[in-house]
Amino acid sequence: METQIISNTTSPTSTATEHPAAWKWYDYFRFNVDHKVIGIQYLVTSFVFYLIGGLMAMALRTELYTPDPDVLNPNLYNAFMTNHGTIMIFLWIVPAAIGGFGNYLIPLMIGARDMAFPKLNAIAFWLNPPAGALLLASFLFGGSQSGWTAYPPLSLITANTAQTLWILSIVLVGTSSILGSVNFVVTILKMKVPSMQWSQLPLFCWAILATSVLALLSTPVLAAGLVLLLFDINFGTSFFKPDAGGNVVLYQHLFWFYSHPAVYLMILPIFGIMSEVIPPHARKPIFGYKAIAYSSLAICIVGLFVWVHHMFTSGTPPWMRVFFTVSTLIVAVPTGVKIFGWVATLWGGKIRFTSAMLFALGLLSMFVIGGLGGVTLGTAPFDLHVHDTYYVVGHFHYVLFGGSVFGIYAGIYHWFPKMTGRMMNERLGQLHFVLTFIGTHLTFLPMHKLGLQGMPRRVAMYDPQFVNLNHLCTVGAFVLGISVLPFFINAVWSWIAGAKAPDNPWNALTLEWTTSSPPPVENWEVLPVVTHGPYDYGMGYGVSHDSNPDANDSSDDSSAPPASNPILALD
Amino acid sequence: MQGSTLDSTQPPHPVPAAESHADLRVWGLLTFLASESLMFGGFFAAYLVLRGGAAEWPPAGTEVELLLPTLNTLVLVSSSFVIHLGDTAIKQNNVAGLRKWYILTALMGSIFLIGQIYEYLTLGYGLTSNIFSNCFYLMTGFHGLHVFVGLLLILGVLWRSRQTGHYSDAQHVGVEMAEIYWHFVDIIWIVLFTLLYILTVF
Ligand code: HEM
Ligand SMILES: [Cu+2]
Repeated sequence: METQIISNTTSPTSTATEHPAAWKWYDYFRFNVDHKVIGIQYLVTSFVFYLIGGLMAMALRTELYTPDPDVLNPNLYNAFMTNHGTIMIFLWIVPAAIGGFGNYLIPLMIGARDMAFPKLNAIAFWLNPPAGALLLASFLFGGSQSGWTAYPPLSLITANTAQTLWILSIVLVGTSSILGSVNFVVTILKMKVPSMQWSQLPLFCWAILATSVLALLSTPVLAAGLVLLLFDINFGTSFFKPDAGGNVVLYQHLFWFYSHPAVYLMILPIFGIMSEVIPPHARKPIFGYKAIAYSSLAICIVGLFVWVHHMFTSGTPPWMRVFFTVSTLIVAVPTGVKIFGWVATLWGGKIRFTSAMLFALGLLSMFVIGGLGGVTLGTAPFDLHVHDTYYVVGHFHYVLFGGSVFGIYAGIYHWFPKMTGRMMNERLGQLHFVLTFIGTHLTFLPMHKLGLQGMPRRVAMYDPQFVNLNHLCTVGAFVLGISVLPFFINAVWSWIAGAKAPDNPWNALTLEWTTSSPPPVENWEVLPVVTHGPYDYGMGYGVSHDSNPDANDSSDDSSAPPASNPILALD
Repeated sequence: MQGSTLDSTQPPHPVPAAESHADLRVWGLLTFLASESLMFGGFFAAYLVLRGGAAEWPPAGTEVELLLPTLNTLVLVSSSFVIHLGDTAIKQNNVAGLRKWYILTALMGSIFLIGQIYEYLTLGYGLTSNIFSNCFYLMTGFHGLHVFVGLLLILGVLWRSRQTGHYSDAQHVGVEMAEIYWHFVDIIWIVLFTLLYILTVF
């Protein structure tokens, strides 16, 4: 299978490199520079952390079943609360959505053989396991107590050693995220296959580009804040100690300048996944390609100027409240543009209710609830009443669970065949979806009401008047815990013994489906030539010559010439 | 797990050389430095907020010395021109010139660091003395760390340039990267110097 090589470059990196034809299982446990291996390493590692963080959440909800702190010691409750949030954000959603899907898909979607800096990419991944180990080790010192936001003065006076380990852990994942973003930006901007126009770049790539720019601009500011915190805790400085000339609110600014954009780090890649999952399963072109692409960039820019909406109660002056209320409401506009784009894509489509599509549809409904909740919170007069209550907890779990986690699941069901060469079981997928959908609503919907009634967040005990709704939340949390089982069984079993996946099981039109499942180490024997847009469904493209029992409804493409592959013209 | 990602029966494949991409390392470095500059941006912003909240700046009894830092600044800023001469030299395939100018840059960078350490040892206040000195040591220290890294990069270039043919007019990305990093360190210092010294004294 030798390919013809035309030598036309004098670049210093153009020496031919030897690699095996396919990776062995143990290659996945080692330092490996192949973006596909790294993507899977990110996904599997972050899923392990998801399970750990999930167990912590169930412990928290068990404690909250009753008003009194009778199950967990309140300090342990705080440590679980802190590390649950930290793990879910920094070691599950961010690495899974950006590191996992981004690394696996970006080169395949743009027709590249790897990322721009493969070794840097591997280094970025390998910063994650030690970061997780540091967090877990912090439990030996009582576990950090001050929440994922680590506000001083609490973070200065509680569990100093654990808090220090927490800071080091976040600095490691932050470094990983910066290095990864450098790689994404350069790869997307410089390594598209020449035949692909910018208007043919899949929306997932636009989303990852916006995400990476945002990460590059905001993460270093968090690092600066955490370094100052580290010095205050360990080296006797007083940046955040008001009695010695420091300023506590300064920390909040540094923290939220990163952490508001961080919520977009967690949702923009998911928006990208949505734009890839919906068109092939609705058999329609995406509605408003440009609007969706540009709205990612708009979110990226406006999202840098809304952070004070987390600080309306921190003695914020009135002009700031007005400015940041307005900017927050503005940032909801590009988000709404995307929602309308997807709904319009679905409208009149031949929807296939695959597991991937179910999760995408679930996401759409839940994210609207979470997003509207966000808009109410972004309005300072309302936020002053519900800040630090369960209303906020309800809001961000609708966007993070109903949005990010649903999106990761949709992505896994969609690309699992490509990644492993095996199909997942649809029945188990449906069961997984139903349990997750019910569990999410049951757990997080009552929290809005609890918050409006004044139940504060982040405390192990509460007023007995709140007990009934808390029962619902705890039952929901256990449904969510159980919902992971069908997924886990499905993923493991399918990877080992699932039905063989064809190259293009969904009849999708993006480039990753033009190579084999799983792709060879160099992605394609001969690089593909792009002849149409990524979402030109129903236009006669995309009849794959793979026969596939699960996706034999390509009737909308019946005008296409059969038994040939018009997706690309191989030379 | 036969048949999945995890199996292999075929012999090694070579990646077709023609499809390896151009050298993008300079792009990568520029992107990284854009990000890195925001970390200093965070420190600068913090400094300005703390200063804005202080009744007196610098706090009574804190003398900000100006002579040594000014000399140091002159050394560092001129080293940015010197390192550029090295880059110009290699573009004319002049390895000896590259080595000469990079050695000179490394010397100037070392003088800067030694001057900085000397300043630390002779100042009347330490890291924990007051909120100004907190900022002072943290920011200059962090910058000094970056100077040190830049120095290592320059030494790395010098080390590699011993091998004939490693750098040439056609191939000198490493040289360029060290130069870009050095300019970055220089620019940060200019802002730092203005904030910490000039605007404090005047
Ligand atoms: C429509 C867009 C959104 C708006 C207008 C919005 C607005 C807000 C506001 C104003 C708060 C602060 C509430 C308070 O503490 O009093 C908040 C909290 C939060 N939001 Fe959103 N949000 C939006 C979307 C998102 C998304 C997409 C995510 C994540 C994927 C997210 C994650 C969070 C988190 C984690 C918090 C809580 C932070 C904490 O621990 O205090 N939000 N949101
Ligand atoms: Cu926010």
